[in-house]
Amino acid sequence: MEIPVEFLLEKTIVVVAVFTISLVIAMYSTYAERKVSALLQDRIGPNRAGPLGLLQPLADGVKFFMKEEIIPSSANKALFILGPSIAMMTACLTGAVIPWGSYLDFNGVQVALQVTDINIGVLYIFAVVSIGVYGVMIGGWASNNKFSLMGAIRASSQMISYEIAMGLAIIALIMTTGTLSIGEIVQQQTTDWWNIVYQPLGFFIFMVCSFAECNRTPFDLPECEAELVGGYHTEYSSMKLGLYLFAEYINMFISSAVMSAFYFGGYDIPYIETLNLDQNMVTILGTLFFFTKIILFIFLFMWVRWTLPRFRYDQLMNLGWKIMIPLAIANIIITGACILIF
Amino acid sequence: MANIIFYILSGITLCSALFVILSKNPVYSVLSLVITFSCITGHMLLLSADFLAVVNLIVYAGAIMVLFLFVIMMLNLNDAAAQPGKPFLSKLAAFVAGGLLLISLVYLLKGQQTGHIDLSTLDNNFGSAQELGKILFNEFLLPFEITSVLFLSAMIGAVMLGKKDLKDY
Repeated sequence: MEIPVEFLLEKTIVVVAVFTISLVIAMYSTYAERKVSALLQDRIGPNRAGPLGLLQPLADGVKFFMKEEIIPSSANKALFILGPSIAMMTACLTGAVIPWGSYLDFNGVQVALQVTDINIGVLYIFAVVSIGVYGVMIGGWASNNKFSLMGAIRASSQMISYEIAMGLAIIALIMTTGTLSIGEIVQQQTTDWWNIVYQPLGFFIFMVCSFAECNRTPFDLPECEAELVGGYHTEYSSMKLGLYLFAEYINMFISSAVMSAFYFGGYDIPYIETLNLDQNMVTILGTLFFFTKIILFIFLFMWVRWTLPRFRYDQLMNLGWKIMIPLAIANIIITGACILIF
Repeated sequence: MANIIFYILSGITLCSALFVILSKNPVYSVLSLVITFSCITGHMLLLSADFLAVVNLIVYAGAIMVLFLFVIMMLNLNDAAAQPGKPFLSKLAAFVAGGLLLISLVYLLKGQQTGHIDLSTLDNNFGSAQELGKILFNEFLLPFEITSVLFLSAMIGAVMLGKKDLKDY
């Protein structure tokens, strides 16, 4: 099994670029979150560090690194460190299968703006997300603290419950597209309508479930500060806490990317082919358009967070099992009937 | 290259599988079982069974083991090591049952072909979801449906057993 050097080089550059972009976007999401909350609450928000407060994320990062690191003496040290590591690792892994753009053409050498287009990309995302639960669970258990444990148990039961509805929503999408490769799903949308036209209910279920998967308000019960101090990361300090919070923002970025790739055409700009532009130009514009969609979704995440109050825990479970899952199954049946008829 | 990966994966699989039964702490057991499943997923990838690999990761490592861990954490079974030893008879019964299972597994493997298979001659679609679906829903439709009914009955049975008082419903 020989691997050509050009292939390795190309993929390394794409991997590093995806990794850096996810980190930078997650970093500035923390800034955006505070600015958006300020906007919605009629405040000014961070404006001290740098122009418009743009250096605030850097200052926060430095602060996290400089803070004293405390590992509780009754905590399980190895697992205590493993928790945030898993959370961060799984958050970064999902970016590998998302098509960030079409391909760039360098004198006949085509470079795809996607790390890998495996034919099971959709399932890969699910697998990584389901491993991500361990980060929260291990962290919460290893802290040896009642509040942390409660937060971890809430997080895992919530994530398992909403993963089912999410998977069922995706099954309806796969029925209409007929493929599990995300690259192909986006490719189909460049010539056809966007999938939101065929799957409005599926999109709604998927969006609600990704809110729950990312532990964002109104589903942020795992870190519900009013009753659980800080949830699963109560005992964490310094950069380990930073990694948990950071992983949440990366997850938010990735779910925004997944939502826009699955339902809103990914890097597709409608009617761009009528302009007869150069392929490289189309790719770059498409990637920019894709990131615009992602940022709009991130804004939606924040808008909801600063608008809606938190659910009660039994309401959350009832919503997941008694409303979302039946809706998703109904969506599958309707989709199947439509495929049969049309 | 594939050989090196195979040996590393096999080593980790065996070590973590041993740790599952040797560890006194149930949480460590569950976590090393997760590692074992992940390594088996790696083996499936080496055999170009992509779909099976990722489904194995989702179902076993992702869902079932999370539930295991969930129950262990909730019941706080941490002190299992402090419990008194089990009586000799149940140890003997467990040994006999495990031994019988081992013998039947070895017997199953006995007749299998063990030669080297060239993976490069396989069809590109081998192990993909499409191919698996075609086989499952054409050749093996009846067994597949019967298995799903079996799962459904198991699920309903679990829910029924979980209810405290059936008259309320």
